[in-house]
Amino acid sequence: MRHKKSGVKLNRTSSHRKAMFRNMVTSLFKHDRIKTTDVKAKALRSWADHLVTLAKRGDLHARRQALAIIREKDVVHKLFEQAPKRFADISGGYTRIIKLGFRAGDAAPISVIELTGEPPAAENAEKDKKEKKAKKDKPAAKASAAETE
Amino acid sequence: MAVPKRKVSKSRRDKRRTHQKINGPNVASCAQCGEPAMQHHACPECGNYRGKNVLEKGE
Repeated sequence: MRHKKSGVKLNRTSSHRKAMFRNMVTSLFKHDRIKTTDVKAKALRSWADHLVTLAKRGDLHARRQALAIIREKDVVHKLFEQAPKRFADISGGYTRIIKLGFRAGDAAPISVIELTGEPPAAENAEKDKKEKKAKKDKPAAKASAAETE
Repeated sequence: MAVPKRKVSKSRRDKRRTHQKINGPNVASCAQCGEPAMQHHACPECGNYRGKNVLEKGE
C-alpha cells in the first residue's frame, strides 16, 4: 500500500534529493524556464510554488526562509521584487510543464518547466541595461529609472 | 509431477508468440505545421503547443 507515501525518491538519498531540488529551483527562478525530465519537473513544482508563496508574503522572515533554499542571493531578491506583482492574481500553480519528447541516450521523457504569468524579468532587465547605457535617454524607461534612483 | 512430454518446437513456440506485439507510438499531427507530433507534447518541428510557440524556434 502506498498510504502516506507522497513524493518521489528519484533513486537519491534525501540529502542528495534536497540538494538537487535546491539547485533546480535556483536555476528555474534564475532563467524562468528549464529543461528537465518529466518526473523531476513535476516534483519541482511544489518547491517553486512554496518559494513564490514566500515571495508574495514578502516579509523578512519569508525572505530568510527563501535564502535558505535558493543558492543565489540575487535570485531571491529578484523573485521577491517581481513575484507579488507577477503572481498577484494567481493563487497557486505558478509553473507550467510542457512535454518535449524523449532524450537521446536514455529515452527519458523530457519536458520544459516555466513560470506562469507575464515575465517582466527580461523586459525590465533589458530596460535597465539600456537605461544604464543610455542614461535616461529613453522616455519608456522613466518609471523604472525612478525606481533605481 | 506433471512434466512436458516433448520439447516445444520452434514453430509452435513462435506461433504462440504471434499475439505478442508492440504498438507504435500514437502520433498525431501538429495543429500549426501539420508535421507528426506526439499528443500532449510540443511539436518537435515548429515548437508549438496549444497555439503557443513554446520553444522559441524560428518562423
